[in-house]
Amino acid sequence: MILQLEHIYKDYLQGKMTVPVLKDVSLSVDAGEYLAIMGPSGSGKTTLMNIIGCLDRPTSGSYHLNGHDVLGYRENELSDVRLKHIGFVFQSFHLLPKQTALDNVALPLIYAGVSKKERRERAAQALERVGLGDRVGFKPNQLSGGQQQRVAIARAIVNHPSILLADEPTGALDSQSGVQVMELFQSLNDEGMTVIMITHDGEIASYARRKAIIRDGVLSDDAPYAKKYERKGETP
Amino acid sequence: MLENIRLSFQGIWSHKMRSFLTMLGIIIGIAAIIAIVSTIKGTNEQIKQNLVGSGNNTVEVRLYQNDYQYQPEYEGVPSTVPLVSEETMEDIRQVENVESASLYLSREHADNIFYNNTSLLGGGKVFGIDGDYFSTCGYVIKSGRGFTDKDYSQFRKVAIIDQTTADSLLSGASPIGKTLEIQGEPFTIVGLCEKSNAFRPVINSIDDYYNFMTDSSGTIFLPDAAWPIIYNYDEPQSLVIRASSTDDMTSAGRQCADILNSHITSGEIKYKASDLLEQAKQLQELSSATNQQLIWIASISLLVGGIGVMNIMLVSVTERTKEIGLKKAIGAKKSRILGQFLTEAAALTSLGGIIGIVAGIVLAKVISRISSTPSAISVPAILFSVIFSMVIGIIFGLLPSVKAANLNPIDALRHE
Repeated sequence: MILQLEHIYKDYLQGKMTVPVLKDVSLSVDAGEYLAIMGPSGSGKTTLMNIIGCLDRPTSGSYHLNGHDVLGYRENELSDVRLKHIGFVFQSFHLLPKQTALDNVALPLIYAGVSKKERRERAAQALERVGLGDRVGFKPNQLSGGQQQRVAIARAIVNHPSILLADEPTGALDSQSGVQVMELFQSLNDEGMTVIMITHDGEIASYARRKAIIRDGVLSDDAPYAKKYERKGETP
Repeated sequence: MLENIRLSFQGIWSHKMRSFLTMLGIIIGIAAIIAIVSTIKGTNEQIKQNLVGSGNNTVEVRLYQNDYQYQPEYEGVPSTVPLVSEETMEDIRQVENVESASLYLSREHADNIFYNNTSLLGGGKVFGIDGDYFSTCGYVIKSGRGFTDKDYSQFRKVAIIDQTTADSLLSGASPIGKTLEIQGEPFTIVGLCEKSNAFRPVINSIDDYYNFMTDSSGTIFLPDAAWPIIYNYDEPQSLVIRASSTDDMTSAGRQCADILNSHITSGEIKYKASDLLEQAKQLQELSSATNQQLIWIASISLLVGGIGVMNIMLVSVTERTKEIGLKKAIGAKKSRILGQFLTEAAALTSLGGIIGIVAGIVLAKVISRISSTPSAISVPAILFSVIFSMVIGIIFGLLPSVKAANLNPIDALRHE
């Protein structure tokens, strides 16, 4: 089990009113799974993703990531968890506009204390992996949206995280680029990478092997049927 | 760290205009301080040179009664002060940093000096000197001859005069062979002397004139053997030494005075070295005091510059909220973000400081050219300015950097 959320509650304070966003969410993900979390806007899916990504803390509940009880961690330790275990992919890419694709991809490695030479090598490899080996020196504004998202994916995987966490990865892309990104996720998952993707788009979600739906802060997981196949020794 | 510095300068370069305007306060402040310090230093060096003389390094060790110079012409020969023996002189020559030493007798304001019916205007100085005096004090014979052993052994009444005496007594005629009358005794002029390094103090103001141009009267040198003919027997001698460097003058002079004083049995009359460095220091302090206040005023500009830096850094943090959010999301620690922005602020002000130093040096040169005051570049002031401007960056960068480091990544990523 790579990730285990149990009885997660999250309340936001809006003025004097407490608004519950997540209500008793439990979710467990095994290594190598490909999970899509679906839900309409306002359903709490981004809050759930922020909690999974160690960017936010739940009001109550427990969360274990790779066996670490991350809710007991201090801010600096959480930074380390994000650095080593989680690769983020955002809807709007979030690339640094003045730096080349290579420098953008190498950024997490700076924080990991990797030497400059190794940074360049590993970043080039990651760009090669996402099919942009010939675009290393390009700046984000010289790349198409799909290419920019693939640079962002290269940045997410460059430090070999245990989970790839994607928030509406195709939300800002045309359908063809979206398909390319989905194929990339597919092949990364085939290589053993755990992928968790948040989307409101059912078509995109259908690329995932497992789907969970969140509605009004309540998660309904269709994992059991996937697990059923496993128990019977069959593939879904 | 290096990476941070590189990125900081990249950032400064990509906003050239904004960075320059931000740095302007720092540039002006540092430039003003460097210009003021250079002027102070130049003035101080000039004071020191004027008082101490350039490269001569002689120290006079004279007798003082309490705080006043002892004048045998008024007060007679003191019974407590013995004549300086040859052994004592040997001791003095052994003192560290004493290059040469000479004994002399003197009258600072001698009258009764005549050539025919002309008297030396305003009196003159008369020195009874031994054979080492000219070499110690740096006099050379311009024409005629110096004193010989026979002049001393036969008590000859011979004299060497300087150009000032020659001009005022003989009005241009060649002095060699002429006869002077001192205290009614005839002295034959055998030589004309001058200071080997024609040192002239730099005079910029009326104050300088009073400080440095007091001795304009003529000087007459006699062999010390002939001294008792016109003045007293056994008058106490004064000592003049040449130190090996300007900085050694004080200590060498003091040691020599101690040696001489060890032979004095009792009494209030003691040898004391005239400490020109000390005098120079007092004058320097006087001239520095006013300028020190200017430095404080210039520092206000640094304060204003620092606030400008803080302002721009706050803008920069807001502009780059997304970048900060992303960096925190992908694993940058608080300290990283803090370091990045502090480095940027420090790089900005350091660069301003360096430009300010260059501008300050140019300004100092221009000021010294226009107002003909001296200036000298002070290396410690330059180093201090660089460090100080860096510190300003860190102090005024602290608030924006802390703000950046404390940004919540979720809000920062969502920021538009």
